[in-house]
Amino acid sequence: MNYKRPKADVVIIGLGWSGSTMAEELTRAGLNVVAIERGAWRETSTSFPTTRDPDELSGSVRKEILQAPVTETYTVRNRVGQTALPLRKYHNLTLGNNVGGAGTHWAGASWRWLPFDHQPHTHVMQRYGAGQLVDGLILQDWGVTYDDLEPFYDRFEKIAGTSGTAGVVNGQRQPGGNPYEGSRSSPFPTPALERSRANVLFAEAATRLGYNPFPVPSAMIGAPYTNALGLNLAPCTYCGYCQLYGCGNWSKSSPNICILPVLMQRTNFTLVTECEVLRINTTPDKKMATGVTFIDSDGNTGEQPADIVITATFTLDNTRLLLLSGISTPYDVASGQGVVGRAFTFQTLSWAFMFFENEYMNPFMNTGALATQIDDFNGDNFDHTGLGFIGGAGIQSLSNQGLPIGMAGLLPKGSPQWGKGWKQAFQRGYQNYAQIQGQGTSFAHREQFLDLDPTYRDRYGRPLLRITFDYNENDRRSGRFIRDRCVEIAREMGATEVGGDSFADRPYSGYTPWDSSHVQGGVAMGEDPRTSVQNRYQQNWDIPNLFVIGASSFPNNAGYNPTVVVGATTLWTAKAIIEQYLRNPGPLVRL
Amino acid sequence: MAKNLFRTALRTCMRGGMVFSAVAFLAHGAKAQDDRGARIERGRYLAIAGDCLACHTTPGGKPFAGGLDLKTPFGVITTSNITSDRETGIGSWTLQQFDGAVRHGKSPKGYLYPAMPYPAYAKITDTDLADLWEYIRTIPPVRNAVVTNKLPFPYNIRALMIAWNLLFLDRTPFAPDPSKSAQVNRGAYLAEGLEHCGTCHTTKNFLGGDTRGTYQGTSLQGWYAPDLSNNPHTGLGRWSADDLVTYLRSGTNRFTAASGPMTETIENSTQHLSDADLQAIAAYFKSLPPRTVAAPAPLPATNAQMVTGAREFIVQCSACHVSSGAGIRNMIPTLQDNPAVNAPDPDSLLNIVLRGTNGPMTAANPTGAAMPAFGWKLHDDQIAAILTYIRNSMGNAAPAVQPADVARARKTIGAEQPVWR
Amino acid sequence: MKRRDVLKGGLVLMATTTLASIYKPAYSRTYVGGTGMWKAAPPPPLSVVDPTRLVYLTPQEARLAGAVFDVLIPADELGMGATEAGCVTFLDHQLAGPYGSAAKDYRLGPVVEGLPQQGPQGIMTPAEMYRRGLAELEHAAHAEFNKSFLDLSEEQKITFLQGVERGTISFDTLKSDQFFVLMLQNVREGYLADPMYGGNRDMVGWKLVGFPGAIYDYRDWIVSKRGKKIDVHPVSLLARA
Repeated sequence: MNYKRPKADVVIIGLGWSGSTMAEELTRAGLNVVAIERGAWRETSTSFPTTRDPDELSGSVRKEILQAPVTETYTVRNRVGQTALPLRKYHNLTLGNNVGGAGTHWAGASWRWLPFDHQPHTHVMQRYGAGQLVDGLILQDWGVTYDDLEPFYDRFEKIAGTSGTAGVVNGQRQPGGNPYEGSRSSPFPTPALERSRANVLFAEAATRLGYNPFPVPSAMIGAPYTNALGLNLAPCTYCGYCQLYGCGNWSKSSPNICILPVLMQRTNFTLVTECEVLRINTTPDKKMATGVTFIDSDGNTGEQPADIVITATFTLDNTRLLLLSGISTPYDVASGQGVVGRAFTFQTLSWAFMFFENEYMNPFMNTGALATQIDDFNGDNFDHTGLGFIGGAGIQSLSNQGLPIGMAGLLPKGSPQWGKGWKQAFQRGYQNYAQIQGQGTSFAHREQFLDLDPTYRDRYGRPLLRITFDYNENDRRSGRFIRDRCVEIAREMGATEVGGDSFADRPYSGYTPWDSSHVQGGVAMGEDPRTSVQNRYQQNWDIPNLFVIGASSFPNNAGYNPTVVVGATTLWTAKAIIEQYLRNPGPLVRL
Repeated sequence: MAKNLFRTALRTCMRGGMVFSAVAFLAHGAKAQDDRGARIERGRYLAIAGDCLACHTTPGGKPFAGGLDLKTPFGVITTSNITSDRETGIGSWTLQQFDGAVRHGKSPKGYLYPAMPYPAYAKITDTDLADLWEYIRTIPPVRNAVVTNKLPFPYNIRALMIAWNLLFLDRTPFAPDPSKSAQVNRGAYLAEGLEHCGTCHTTKNFLGGDTRGTYQGTSLQGWYAPDLSNNPHTGLGRWSADDLVTYLRSGTNRFTAASGPMTETIENSTQHLSDADLQAIAAYFKSLPPRTVAAPAPLPATNAQMVTGAREFIVQCSACHVSSGAGIRNMIPTLQDNPAVNAPDPDSLLNIVLRGTNGPMTAANPTGAAMPAFGWKLHDDQIAAILTYIRNSMGNAAPAVQPADVARARKTIGAEQPVWR
Repeated sequence: MKRRDVLKGGLVLMATTTLASIYKPAYSRTYVGGTGMWKAAPPPPLSVVDPTRLVYLTPQEARLAGAVFDVLIPADELGMGATEAGCVTFLDHQLAGPYGSAAKDYRLGPVVEGLPQQGPQGIMTPAEMYRRGLAELEHAAHAEFNKSFLDLSEEQKITFLQGVERGTISFDTLKSDQFFVLMLQNVREGYLADPMYGGNRDMVGWKLVGFPGAIYDYRDWIVSKRGKKIDVHPVSLLARA
């Protein structure tokens, strides 16, 4: 059966962090908003109460909170010429399967990116010149700067209740914070969490080496807090059930506790759950979007007409929806022309894994983002002259793992993986293991892109999205450099056994343990329609009533996690819609 | 639109024999219409204060169409349809008939049961009652025939209520106490009348009539409506007037969050009251005479239930309530020095632990932090130990809770049994 | 039973009866703002698995899996072995549920062998892999020692499983090294998951490493016990503290 829902002012596809942040702004401005979400409604005390949440098997191991590959997956190949094959099992891209999206089960690292990360092209050209770039690298500014975004970063932190120690407030250095961060208009809403044993060892070692350690800003609330929307959040309890779990006690920022209870009270907000949007509809001349077509869980096809269409799905699905809807020009790798699927990036991870003697790390006392970091090798915070690469990484002692099944294979070198020897090694390793993560930048490359797979299809017969990605030379050089820094700090921490790894030295895989889940780009925002899908307000260059929001807009990835940037850019776009677009519907940037 | 409204109003007036005549209405013209609009608005406010919607609507049902089952100690009473439907609602009623039902417990069909809080509504002034009627008549008709009386013999004999009313119904209208401030009197009028606080919070005798122990707390429908008197052990003695206002406005305050039926009362009624009225209600409760409640000596920490309870508390409760019991302001109740924890009857505590409770969701505090159910997870002895521990530590002192109490509560409120042996 | 029959049997998936598999998610719903609290559909109830009967494995398969598991996690002075800890019960119930039937995997074709970095492309379910793998393992033991795996000495079992792990002892219908990885993963899961799933009896796995179990609050310890030994009595989700 086909049916048509009453027309809305705005339809939002996907109700994760970006969709719910947008919905809150637009309903507060009086617009009639309908959100369509593939997952089901979830709320704390019913869906992930403390009475059942601490369960590693259903959480981290069976990943029951995630959207399953059976629902939708991606095909992957490293380069043109290879056959892309589907990610058949749960992989590293951890999509949400509920209202709240991945914002329900995320680990919680809550970064503002550096001013450099929003204008990498300008910065690199000014400091080093084009000779610093490896062949094929794509480097472009976002069209929006850190200073433009600062008020929205500030607002989003006050919605999320972000915990942390400020490094720079109104241009003034603050003790204990990140000296490299962009200037903040106010400190973090809630104080930083206590450090783990491993964090303490790291901070001491980094200080001895002359670096500047600081607590990683996080979604784990530092103190009782009433957020910008009047919602109350509770302080984090270090239970360690963050990543791949909903938080059971209101202490990890998520759309579910930071935004949705407010939307629930707005009579101009409607949520349709367990419906999958099939395409964005447009006028025949593709000059305006008219709404979306979705399929419900009974297999009926519905249409939601709207004056404004906002796509707020997972990064990759934003790209896929544009391709499936025939909107804007797909990227063509051969010619380098076209924009949808271009400027796709991942993240360059390096690690030091280490073991101590006779330590009590008590790894179960952790959070998804209980970390102490140095930014001395992140972004452009250090001189890259002669290094042959741009970018770097946030280097952090990350205490995010203490559950036993996940740690059963983390053993000192040479230990058996089974038998009596395993039991002994596991017993020792569990309390003596620590890790340093270098979460590295990733810059787009001509040969990294997204398009529709020619072979594999989803359950409705639509082509899956195909990822063509491998690390480029810039990644490999920066990855090794960062790995060596991680190892140096690990040795300084007093570890008796240290191993280093740079993932960029091997072909990209969607299954590498300890790898990032952060993919970005594909629907880049920018200053030039020839190299971006949308303008600085995340407004489509061709269709002025279509906005695609989220990390799909970022043409490069930083040495950080993306969530707070997604929130800030969403708020920035919301303001542009309310204050500019509604008054004068049409392109917000005229060339 | 205005014409329609006028015609409707005219028809209703002629039909209902209103306090002012149709002729007068016509003569006053537009001004009368404005007056009527204002009266409807006042009536709407009074209906919210009286929380009429809460009982006269089923979850998900049409507003005021009735059909909600109220479980009383005497059996089930189903609430009536009070929409303006002529057949199944009260569309054919007159003001006098409305007054009979609201203030005197007698509808055109017979005597009402005091599940309808007419003993409290008896305090409503004539003007307020007339305004309330003005509003009630604007409720769109909904056809919904409700069989209100499903009581067993002998309670199903409505005429019995004549005797009940003689015994317990205080028909005296509200009389201001000249020794108290206007604010306290306004608070008393609201609390004793429309808000009918005593309906839940005042102890009832074996026939359901009020006793003299005003606001001393009592059990009903598997909940213990707590003591509202001025004593620090089980009552509101530690709360300031501001604490009360914040609680009635938002459902939470620095000590606690509402649970059970009070959550609905706050969401449907008190959060919508004007600030002046909330201040008045708070001033009234704070003006009640101090009352002394002797606190028992708490059980020693060495008591077997206390030892078990302390351990279980850390595992099951501290993630939200904090190991010290301090709670989190505006969302998770503190258990320290908590008068509700000290209640002589643990009904509410058992209900909340066994079935969980929705958190209050108000405009002032939309958080809605809820407590999950533990009935499926914990055995009677575990829950008894936890509650005994909470009631005898953190500054509290109250009788122990026995596993048999938990078993009884499970049965009474239909809570789940544990899923494991 | 002939080997061929075992393999054929493996192609037919057994009906599953666990609570999780009966549970149906809610369907499309419309929520309108201002209509009160939107409550979520409750998740499937938790339960403790019944260890007294097998729900997927045959008795012979259960004995074989147990014999392998006890080599992977043997009884010693650090605690009981895998079978005694309930790991076979755990496995049996996991295979009978959505995990066993790979209900969450993308299983559409074409099925093509890819590069290692493209990840597993086979669409055989864990339940099928055990049905075939255990039969293959027993067959290979007979071929190697002319005995059942159950009757090998401890040393023989270890040597044999090392061969399976390395792939030097190969199977016909699935990759032996992949089957070994699956078994090692599942036995660890059984030994270390919450006891309600059938394994980790008396929380033996948690006691081995000092993991406190289903605890949701470490505020009192994060500073006071930083770097210090904590003597904890672990606690399961469905148990007394």
